Amino acid sequence: MASSTRVTFPNKFLPYLLLAPQLAITIVFFYWPASQAIRQSVLREDPFGLSTQFVGLGNFKRILSDPNYLNSLQVTVVFSIATAVIAMGFALMFAVMADKVIRGKGIYRTLMIWPYAVAPAIAGMLWLFLFNPSMGTFAYMIRSAGYNWDPLLNSGQAMLLVVAAAAWKQISYNFLFFVAGLQSIPKSLIEAAAIDGAGETKRFWTIVFPLLAPTTFFLLVVNTVYAFFDTFGIIHAVTGGGPGKATETLVYKVYNDGFVNLILGDSAAQSVILMVIVIGLTAIQFRYVERKVHYG
Amino acid sequence: MTFRGTSLSLAFGLILASSTSSFALTEISWWHAMTGANNEVVETLSKEFNESQSEYKVVPVFKGTYPETLNAGIAAFRAKQAPHIMQVFDAGTGVMMGAEGAIKPVADILSMGGAKFDKSLYLPGIVAYYSKPDGTMLSFPYNSSSPILYYNKDIFKKAGLDENNPPKTWPEVWEAAKKIKTSGAAKCGYTSTWLTWIHTENFAAWNNLSYGTNENGIAGTDVELKINAPLFVKHFQELADLAKDGTFRYGGRTSEAKPLFLSGECGIFTESSGGLGDVVKSGMNYGTGQLPYDPDAKGAPQNTTPGGASLWVFGGKTDAEYKGVAAFFTFLSRTDIQARLHQVSGYLPVTLAAYEETKKSGFYDKNPAREIPIKQMMGKAPTENSKGVRLPNLPQVRDIENEEFENMLSGKQTAQQALDNAVKRGNAAIKQANGQ
Repeated sequence: MASSTRVTFPNKFLPYLLLAPQLAITIVFFYWPASQAIRQSVLREDPFGLSTQFVGLGNFKRILSDPNYLNSLQVTVVFSIATAVIAMGFALMFAVMADKVIRGKGIYRTLMIWPYAVAPAIAGMLWLFLFNPSMGTFAYMIRSAGYNWDPLLNSGQAMLLVVAAAAWKQISYNFLFFVAGLQSIPKSLIEAAAIDGAGETKRFWTIVFPLLAPTTFFLLVVNTVYAFFDTFGIIHAVTGGGPGKATETLVYKVYNDGFVNLILGDSAAQSVILMVIVIGLTAIQFRYVERKVHYG
Repeated sequence: MTFRGTSLSLAFGLILASSTSSFALTEISWWHAMTGANNEVVETLSKEFNESQSEYKVVPVFKGTYPETLNAGIAAFRAKQAPHIMQVFDAGTGVMMGAEGAIKPVADILSMGGAKFDKSLYLPGIVAYYSKPDGTMLSFPYNSSSPILYYNKDIFKKAGLDENNPPKTWPEVWEAAKKIKTSGAAKCGYTSTWLTWIHTENFAAWNNLSYGTNENGIAGTDVELKINAPLFVKHFQELADLAKDGTFRYGGRTSEAKPLFLSGECGIFTESSGGLGDVVKSGMNYGTGQLPYDPDAKGAPQNTTPGGASLWVFGGKTDAEYKGVAAFFTFLSRTDIQARLHQVSGYLPVTLAAYEETKKSGFYDKNPAREIPIKQMMGKAPTENSKGVRLPNLPQVRDIENEEFENMLSGKQTAQQALDNAVKRGNAAIKQANGQ
């Protein structure tokens, strides 16, 4: 990396040409929609676009003083932390266990990765079929056991259900990275510690876990972004944001206000805020958390 | 939004390019939200119309759920690629009416087809809902339904209730539901789909109570909700009390409660008359009755209001295309088509002639459930409280009501608090939608 011989191109246009596909994709799929969102966020418009009015920061003012928005911010924080912690915790546990298996290692790993191939909306439907109080198999069993399982009205249970579905889907992805991370830890280090008399738990916390820090950090970023954005399908399929507004995350509210309630200005303003939040979050994570990460 | 619009317009452009070059036929695109058996009806109707003449070709396109279809249509309009005909659900009616520059009134189109448009041929309760305050019919009623009561006769027998005498009023429903629960005939007494449409909008109309000012929005978009009046509060408090021990089970915001009834978990059920097909299919021993009313309400039962969807026509098309749309709507209004549509699908007939013909054929003697919603809607001339509810943002107001109902049913607030909140939040949302 630090070598002084930089590759240079004799032709001035070639590098731009080589970058063009990537730039085109970024412009078409990020900058263009993002700029449209910003434009829309300062306008007030009827759904059909027949009358447009410039309102400046009016949409932002209204959103930020709306208690429902603050509620969905809180919901998002709870949901994201719970999802990331559960998805990463279980994945790490499974990875460590799978790492110990000697026979049939490949089969275990393959099976563990499968859920990742399931689309979020499908994952949501699967969990809904199992736990929906009207028709779910498990829901029926839980209710028969005398427990009042009703995520349609009980907000805690609803949150539990969407977190479980979202985390379940993400465990595979995390598992994959943790397995790769574990493989890169030299066995000699662990053996040396074992010879020195360190027990299994001690070896894990003093050697394996710190050496996994880069992987963990990377997954923390990925999982947070996942919980913020990619879980829309799950929430849409399982709770639709209910009961009340108990599982209405920021992304779900953007959808609801824009596509169900047809208030385009508010919806656009919310997506702009969301964009700022995620940019900020990623910046903070890289700036402060990364410093503490041990890269071996 | 933008993406949707562009990809739609691209796709649409391709379709146009590939079709216009091949035939001199005028194509009429029809975006709809019908699935399953109802989708087959759409396909059959289009096919029959296309075969009945050689000038126009109706091309039906399935666009997803009702809200998805509405969004697709709006996006297409913004990209200047709107379809000719779009099916819009009842709650979206106010949204479409607010877009006067985007649509063309069906009354105008029908007269463009040469045929004189006679409003009196159509069922008044349905036509009134899809007309402007001055009486101009804006959209063509395609599938209309109204809520009715269903009950499980086997559960009634087990609970010692009269299986041939369904409860007629809400207190009777509560009593029967309690008896079902306490006798152990079923785990739950009563459940319902659509608390907003059935227990709020139709509760108001059926009991001749005001849902909101300005004739519930029919006479103008400036509406203040009135759903925290004492009879609403009493009704919802009774529901909330019954929910505590599971005598009433909440199933979800739209039709999710249906399996609770079909699986025999609940004995009594209120749902759209359009849901009859699934009940019949389940093979259960069911009975039907009129939607219950509140005996404390003066003049109840009044009349129920239509749900379902209507067909809207977008503006900015050529005269030839509008003539095609007119021909298609005239075809749909034909008595034989309407009578068949009504008997096969369970929707209400749109014309009086179709109703009379079905009656004459003896269909209702064998299928009494099919006549209940028609009688409910035609029994009395609608009052200012019972022409239906039309708000510029009814889907949003329904969402607000649902949220408050859920917080009430889970015991977080009383019915009075729930309805007060719904009125406060709903009024603010309506003001915003009106651009105030």
